[in-house]
Amino acid sequence: MSKKWSLRKWPALRQIAERDPAGLGESAMSERTRALKPRTADADRVVDSVCPYCGVGCGQKVYVKDGKIMDIEGDYDSPISLGALCPKGSASSQLVAGTHRVKKVLYRRPYGTKWEELPLQKAMEMVADRVKKTRDETWEEQNKNGHLLRRTLGIAHLGGATLDNEENYLIKKLFCSLGMVQVENQARI
Amino acid sequence: MAECHPVGFRWVMEAKRRGATIIHIDPRFTRTSAVADIHVPIRAGSDIAFLGALVNYIISNDLWFKDYVVNYTNAAALISKDFQDTEDLDGLFSGWDVEKGQYDPASWQYEGVEVSPAAGHREMFSGEPRAERGAIIAAEKHDYTLTDPKCVFQILKRHFSRYTAEVVEDACGISKALFEKVARALCDNSGRERTSAICYAVGWTQHTVGVQYIRTAAIIQLLLGNIGRPGGGIMALRGHASIQGSTDIPTLYNMLPGYLPMPKASYDTDLQKYIEFNESASGWWSEFPKYMVSLLKAWYGPAATAENQWCYDYLPHITGDHSHMVTVAAMADGFVQGYFVMGENPAVGSMNTALQRKGLRQLKWLVVNDFAPTETAEFWRKAPEIASGEIKTTDIATEVFFFPCAAHTEKEGTFTNTQRLLQWRHKAVEPPGDCRSDLHFIWHLGRRLKELYRDSTDSKDRAIRDLTWDYGSKGAIEEPEAEQVLAEINGYDSSEQKYISGYKELKSDGTTICGCWIYCGCYKDGVNQPARRKPASEQNWVAPEWGWAWPDNRRLLYNRASADLEGKPWSERKKYIWWDEEQKKWTGYDTPDFIVNRPPDYRPSPDAKGIDTLSGIDPFIMQAEGKGWLYDPSGLLDGPLPTHYEPEESVLKNPLYGQQCNPARMEWVRRDNPYHKAWGDSRYPFIATTYRLTEHHTAGGMSRWLPWLCELQPEMFIEVSPELAELRGLKNGGWATISTMRGEIEARVLVTERMQPYVQNGTTLHTVGIPYHWSYVGRSRGNAANELTAFIADPNVSIEESKAFSVQVIAGRKRSDRRAAAGGPLNESDSGGPERDHPPVQEKPGGKHGLKAGKTELTEEA
Repeated sequence: MSKKWSLRKWPALRQIAERDPAGLGESAMSERTRALKPRTADADRVVDSVCPYCGVGCGQKVYVKDGKIMDIEGDYDSPISLGALCPKGSASSQLVAGTHRVKKVLYRRPYGTKWEELPLQKAMEMVADRVKKTRDETWEEQNKNGHLLRRTLGIAHLGGATLDNEENYLIKKLFCSLGMVQVENQARI
Repeated sequence: MAECHPVGFRWVMEAKRRGATIIHIDPRFTRTSAVADIHVPIRAGSDIAFLGALVNYIISNDLWFKDYVVNYTNAAALISKDFQDTEDLDGLFSGWDVEKGQYDPASWQYEGVEVSPAAGHREMFSGEPRAERGAIIAAEKHDYTLTDPKCVFQILKRHFSRYTAEVVEDACGISKALFEKVARALCDNSGRERTSAICYAVGWTQHTVGVQYIRTAAIIQLLLGNIGRPGGGIMALRGHASIQGSTDIPTLYNMLPGYLPMPKASYDTDLQKYIEFNESASGWWSEFPKYMVSLLKAWYGPAATAENQWCYDYLPHITGDHSHMVTVAAMADGFVQGYFVMGENPAVGSMNTALQRKGLRQLKWLVVNDFAPTETAEFWRKAPEIASGEIKTTDIATEVFFFPCAAHTEKEGTFTNTQRLLQWRHKAVEPPGDCRSDLHFIWHLGRRLKELYRDSTDSKDRAIRDLTWDYGSKGAIEEPEAEQVLAEINGYDSSEQKYISGYKELKSDGTTICGCWIYCGCYKDGVNQPARRKPASEQNWVAPEWGWAWPDNRRLLYNRASADLEGKPWSERKKYIWWDEEQKKWTGYDTPDFIVNRPPDYRPSPDAKGIDTLSGIDPFIMQAEGKGWLYDPSGLLDGPLPTHYEPEESVLKNPLYGQQCNPARMEWVRRDNPYHKAWGDSRYPFIATTYRLTEHHTAGGMSRWLPWLCELQPEMFIEVSPELAELRGLKNGGWATISTMRGEIEARVLVTERMQPYVQNGTTLHTVGIPYHWSYVGRSRGNAANELTAFIADPNVSIEESKAFSVQVIAGRKRSDRRAAAGGPLNESDSGGPERDHPPVQEKPGGKHGLKAGKTELTEEA
């Protein structure tokens, strides 16, 4: 075996042995090439996911190393996509790991000219206070015909359609129970 | 499809490899056209003329699938003697109510069916098309010879008889030869041995007659026997990962989860009335009370009891239309104080973006959740009206919160993809910094509000106090357990302490809890079914063990129709679901979409109730009568049959009727939303259509910030034909200014033969193609196409018309000072010109916020 291997190091011999006279097939591979492997081979974990762009639902494999995403590739097992991703799906590793992402809550005060950073908990508290105040001030219990309304038209919502079902469910459940009816989604656009 | 759903399109290519004929109908020549067998360049906005001519071709050449049509559709049903067609009334149906400004559908009903006027009024005049959930009524009289002039088939035949190949030439700009080639290809490929599929995207929904476009496709597919069969159907190609999910579990104003309607103030005054108006005496919607009570139990838990109507009164009530554009018009008029915008960018993606921003400026507070501040988050400092100096940042009072969101890899949960398939995503990594999932945001907001209202004794606060909100959380960031939310959506039986395995187990006695009845079974046996990933290579071609499809893991809806009357496959080649006589049940490659042990020869007794009314040859089980509707007697606001109307702004007079536009359309008559003349407006002589590119995604929030994608499509442009370029002096690579009465934008020009002018009756019509991804922030910036578009909508679903309108195009860059009607009139208003409507329709009342629609009355009620 080893003797054979050493002989086969000769490109010309390899070309003859592998019936590859043009030298464009397997015979052109060097040992270095053979040793190459995708960097995803070093991943600690491979996590099953789904592409977040269009509605087709292509399978994604998310390669993770040291708690960071190394790459996102198509899932060959998916009966929908059989390993394929389009330009957007292929770019989703940049979507999740790109430098464009803002990591702090930003706040623009009334009449303000710039963004200010806010601690997350403080911002959540401020939003909850505003929801309560607006809701309490704009509550409609019934209409002039005495029919129940039990609602506020003072607060509205518009959601994107990359929201998960679980997210939509809690949005509808909470906002409905607060009396918000102007709850809308990209699905109508 | 090759452009916007490239990986889905691989299956079209696979079909082509196996001999399928691919027909691409689009105003533009795209990557799809490049590989299609036939490309049909159609004038934007003329699809019903084209599809209607196909209906006419199928009927007049006797090419319809007789056994299927007679038995599985309502072709044989007799319609009220009072019905008058658009043939009789020059483009209007009978029943136009001048006072209300909308149709009264009483004359569209089946003959002999007692529809109490009150119910009819409730259904239609509440502004809510209820029959989107299925029929409330079933036909009583039939003529199975299909010869009675009042039967659906004959009415259909007469209605579409004027949709000829000559009309297609005039209205669509498609030659007779090309039309016939398409018609032949479609009919040759339909029948027992073969099926054809129709795929569409929002190119169909964004019209004032969008619902009727899709209805026409449904008529074609029913006539050809292409529904409920493998390789058939109508495929909505949704542009976002979970548009389907956002409709099933709707963050939409008019629905509760599982297509249950929101309560309407004037009618649904208590639970009993609400159920009375919404359940059906026959068909699957007879199960309605079970779904509603289980939902209320899921939301209000122990507080919901039979005595208090399961807390029905906790739900807010609607009074007409509260959809997106109605809300934004109200916002611009100062009636909305707070706005949550989660993963959405209306300042780019919604109509008349200057009016959208006017709305944002009137808010007290705005919350935006996204990856980076979008145009919607930055409207107060970077919008065009700020750049031009029309509006000063320091004059805008709106308080803006921007919350950075977690990516799809940093949270877990399900998308419902376009084929009704739920797929679970596992979490790969923790979100960075203060980035959080929307699930985290909404759950913690709810917890805070429950705390704020904890000690309240006010009855208005009971719903929030009693709201069940105990989901576990994990990790340092206290991320709620998405799987527990999914388990609640699936539902459980409180008496037996087990997960529901299908919606047939739901009860109306309060012992079952279920957040969305159509998703029942997605957590069957405590197993996360959407997380199933059995490789494609290890299961049959239907792949039932990959993810989970609603309802009941059925991959193909109404699949009983894949078998003949006796339950045998129509052909060996198109075998899918069949009746197994030995086992006495339906079986096949998929879950049967039928009562599994109901034999094909079952016929209901006259006193049958509920689902017992469905016979063994009623495949369309969600309809009260189990039949596919060629004719729609109830539920649509703009007529029982599709009719060609021109877009609000057209370049042509309607070639088919005197009535120019959809009489029931929604218009917003406001100074900040002006319309052009109905047709022949010399100021705006060209057709415009908007669209997407492969390399960008909708309003750009997930693409214009990514260098890879921005390199592929770096800049806003328009596409024009060489003829239009010559006419307007446009240079390839040069600048053009495109304008409407709403706004003005500039873009680079791409001169290409992919855009073709049409010659109609001696007039040359030009189309301008406008991608809509760009706007004023992000790494790749440009002017937004939606600065041009208007608030104008389909009456059934309140979806805008952005796929066909009129524009002006001139060479060069735009002026820098004035830019949008939202800041004052852009152009001399010219209200003269041809009428869009017949005199009775012109009387349509206008309401608050400029909304002119039949639904206005109830919007005003509050």
